[in-house]
Amino acid sequence: MLHYRTFMIAAVAAASLPFAAANAQSDGSIITLGAAVSLTGKYTTNGEHTKRGYDLAVKKINEAGGVTVGDETYKIEIKYYDDESTPARGAELAERLIQQDGIKFMLGPYSSGMTKAIAPVTEEHGVPMVEANGASRSLFTNNWKYLFATLSTSEQYLTGAITLVAKNADDLGKEPEEIKVAMAFENDPFSQDVREGVLDDMKEYGMEAVIDDQLPRELNDMTATLTKVKALKPDLLIVSGHSKGAATAIRQINELKVNFPVLAMTHCDSADIIGKFGDGAEHTLCATQWAPTMSYSDELFGSAQDFAKLFEETYGYAPPYQAAESAAAVQVYADAFERAGELDSKKVRDALAATDMMTFYGPIKFDQAGKNIAKPMALYQVLDGEYKVVWPSGVADTEAVVPRPST
Amino acid sequence: MSKSRRPLLGHLAILAIGIAAPLVFPAWQSQMAELWLFIVFALTWDLVGGQMGYNSFGNVVFLGVGMYACVVTQVGLFYQVSAYNDARGGGATIFTFDPRQYFEGLAIGLPVGAVLAALTAAFLGSLVLGMRGHYFAICTLGLGVAAGELANGWEWIGAGSGMVPPNPPGAIGDLSRFYYYLAFALAIVTFLGLRWLYTTRFRFAINAIRDNEDKAEAMGLRTTQIKTTAWVIAAFFLGIAGGILGNLKRFIDPIDTAFAGATFGVWMVLMAVLGGKGTLWGPVIGAILFQVFKEASWTYLLGWQRVALGLLIVLIVVFFPQGIMGFLRERFPAWFGHRVEGVKDMDAVEETKAR
Amino acid sequence: MLDNIEILVQAPVITLDLVLNGLLLGAIFALAAYGMALVWGVMNIINIAQGEFVILGGYVAVVMAAYGIHPLIAVPVAALLLYAIGWALYRTVIFRIVDRDLFTSILATFGISIVLQQLMNTIFGGNVRIADAGLGTVFLMNGMVSLAQVKLLAFALAAVLGSTLVVFLKRSRLGQAIRATAQHPRAARVLGIDTDRVYAATYGLNAAICGACGALVAMAYTVHPYIGLPYTIRSFMIVVVAGLGNLAGVIAAGLGLGAAENVAGFVFGTQYQLAFVFLLLVVVLVWRNRRLARKRGYLK
Repeated sequence: MLHYRTFMIAAVAAASLPFAAANAQSDGSIITLGAAVSLTGKYTTNGEHTKRGYDLAVKKINEAGGVTVGDETYKIEIKYYDDESTPARGAELAERLIQQDGIKFMLGPYSSGMTKAIAPVTEEHGVPMVEANGASRSLFTNNWKYLFATLSTSEQYLTGAITLVAKNADDLGKEPEEIKVAMAFENDPFSQDVREGVLDDMKEYGMEAVIDDQLPRELNDMTATLTKVKALKPDLLIVSGHSKGAATAIRQINELKVNFPVLAMTHCDSADIIGKFGDGAEHTLCATQWAPTMSYSDELFGSAQDFAKLFEETYGYAPPYQAAESAAAVQVYADAFERAGELDSKKVRDALAATDMMTFYGPIKFDQAGKNIAKPMALYQVLDGEYKVVWPSGVADTEAVVPRPST
Repeated sequence: MSKSRRPLLGHLAILAIGIAAPLVFPAWQSQMAELWLFIVFALTWDLVGGQMGYNSFGNVVFLGVGMYACVVTQVGLFYQVSAYNDARGGGATIFTFDPRQYFEGLAIGLPVGAVLAALTAAFLGSLVLGMRGHYFAICTLGLGVAAGELANGWEWIGAGSGMVPPNPPGAIGDLSRFYYYLAFALAIVTFLGLRWLYTTRFRFAINAIRDNEDKAEAMGLRTTQIKTTAWVIAAFFLGIAGGILGNLKRFIDPIDTAFAGATFGVWMVLMAVLGGKGTLWGPVIGAILFQVFKEASWTYLLGWQRVALGLLIVLIVVFFPQGIMGFLRERFPAWFGHRVEGVKDMDAVEETKAR
Repeated sequence: MLDNIEILVQAPVITLDLVLNGLLLGAIFALAAYGMALVWGVMNIINIAQGEFVILGGYVAVVMAAYGIHPLIAVPVAALLLYAIGWALYRTVIFRIVDRDLFTSILATFGISIVLQQLMNTIFGGNVRIADAGLGTVFLMNGMVSLAQVKLLAFALAAVLGSTLVVFLKRSRLGQAIRATAQHPRAARVLGIDTDRVYAATYGLNAAICGACGALVAMAYTVHPYIGLPYTIRSFMIVVVAGLGNLAGVIAAGLGLGAAENVAGFVFGTQYQLAFVFLLLVVVLVWRNRRLARKRGYLK
């Protein structure tokens, strides 16, 4: 009998678990944000950068006393799920966070594909989502009201590289419209969006694409593309394929000694190309959302440099921009909570839309569609084994070396 | 009297639970919708893998074909597909679908997906179903991956950028609930369809092929034709499931959602094996257990869930290959021998007789 | 596509470059495929965890390089470590599926592969890693053909390993036992061969080959916890094309695939490179089946 009763109690307790979880978030003085990030699978590296950015911001905010909403102070917590780098999980995990865990405020996942899967769900449920890693332009052409992004969208990623090459066309001995571009983009939503942007920019200067290869997702070798580069002698090679694309490209360009004037790519810092290849990475142009040397600052983290230092102390490596933009997303929320004065999804959404703040990561102000229009995209160049911002001129540390001196 | 009523009551109960579930547990409906689709996956896999003995790793091809065909139709009826997919880079046009367009698209898209998947099965079947035993398994493994790679390169359907199903109009309400009922209906229809199919001679024919194909051929069965038919039936239902899944997932990635051999492709095999190959209820039970395990491990074993999944696969395949139904039959043969009332049990009886 | 062919026609030296670099990559695939053929032929097991073994071997080289040990030394070390891992896996799981059908082995080793991926991710982190061997590049034909020394070295090592294996299987006692077991396990058992031990050794040997191969991969390419798949599918493809019990064929098919793939990637565009590999697989199987069917037709 006793067993039976214990069993019943356990059963009832188990049955009420989901409901308990749903209620947990309103009691106490904790605001729980929800996020599905890639802890496993092919985006692990960047999923981790994202999560660490979020965590660091949460830690800092809580240490500073939390968020004051109305008369109460709240600590922030994040509920994570692992999307395994597959968009097939994205929508489901978002629903789970919203419906089962009662999450009222979402942070974004890593990568455009995942964000594409999640955004319709948050929109449908009227749950705001501040994302930091879904750069695809198409996310912001749907008239969505609850999606906000701290980052610059994908079409701007390599505008700087094209502009710089066009500006220095003389040094290449050519007119801008004579410049030949070779493109190697991974066949995934993010990289393909970057490619669209690059094509638009090229059209502006009348540049010609001589190679337009799409790299497989399980990329381990790109000799076929590089051989083509050798044969067609483009002036500019653009590579985008998350971290492994960057690492593979630099490695094989050096190995095969492929010579061409300008190399531009994405994800340099998250692939740590300087640490891995040293001289081999020299003169590479890299798209970046943010750099530690930039002169932005806020009260929470201090300057960009301070953030970088803190991040390095905590996690043992220099923060890639993925971490910075993610941390900023949490700051955006904290700011919006305080301005909203209550924790109502709709109110917070309106407060988010009215965001106009300065962070260590840069200014943040959303346009109608929800993307951050205040902060420009920047471009690094690897010079003497260090990332130096070379574009746009307003935030540049130094002049870009284009074309790179031939070796 | 009561003999024929009991299973009927049981079925009505399942029906009632299925209908009421999303109303009672609205928070869980998308997982439950996925569960009904998983049941379809497992049932259709078992038709070919369990009943016919042709272990396919390539059924995910039909899922993907159905998914893309459905979504492309949904879009193509009202807009240019290429323009729609190009807009991912950010265009001025916003593609909206009013409720009539949305439902019309879906009503035409789902059958189109089913038919195209079935045609694909007929074509591929004529090529690869001549292969025996493990060469078939290997070849279908290759087909699954190749299909994903091809979709990943095909610009018209969005290539590697994937494809977004039409955004539903607000009038449709709770999208997950809508697709829950679609998935539920599909699962019921698939189940009843297969149950009927298993009462016909066809079932004996495919079982004969499983047990000894040469003898079956010698007996005058047109094996290739029968095998292809079985695959086509499986593909038909999987094609519909694909259309529903694509809309439910809201974003179609060619490799990770549509032709997801390493997830859905393996899972459908696993669910059928877990429940018991070659039985009607086995795949259903397997799918339910698998979905519960998967969801629980995602919540409680964050970051380790894939280890858990991998271990589960090894455990099932290595230690429990007969599945739950097989285990029960071995352990409690009486359960399968005595209750001769319902059709459900008739299957089991025939099964034991056949052995 | 046509422009690409035009380039090749105008500058045949590029074809040479493509083919040579493809051959070098193919040697790595051939090595992994060699191990797969061994396990498949002897134990009737398709080892889907092949790629994960390769990557594990790669991580051995990465870790050693991080401690300042030259990654070349990692080749034998990785082989030894992986032998132990393979042996342990056999003793815990694989021995239970040796007599089962291929289908079971595919599923079970798939399970092992995702466990290994996850463990590597937990232990080594998700970053893309490399082991720098600090070697240069060889240029031929006015620099139009460039071959990384590291790849040449990998090629040479693969050749050495491959031929050592052939000799080992032909001459050594264990090698003969392995071959005997492959031909007829029951007869081998009757003749006093401990087939269980032979299987354990075979599976371990395969893992060791993959380990060595992986160390080379880390030196010449990149490693990442989830990048094992290309090695699994290519070795699989190679073995299917070459057929079992034909080790020379495996090597030839491996090299051929590497070269063909590189040229196909150049001509059709890299996005279709993998699809090309798989369609080739399907075509080979269908063609072989047709031939078999015709033979069956004669018998009737």
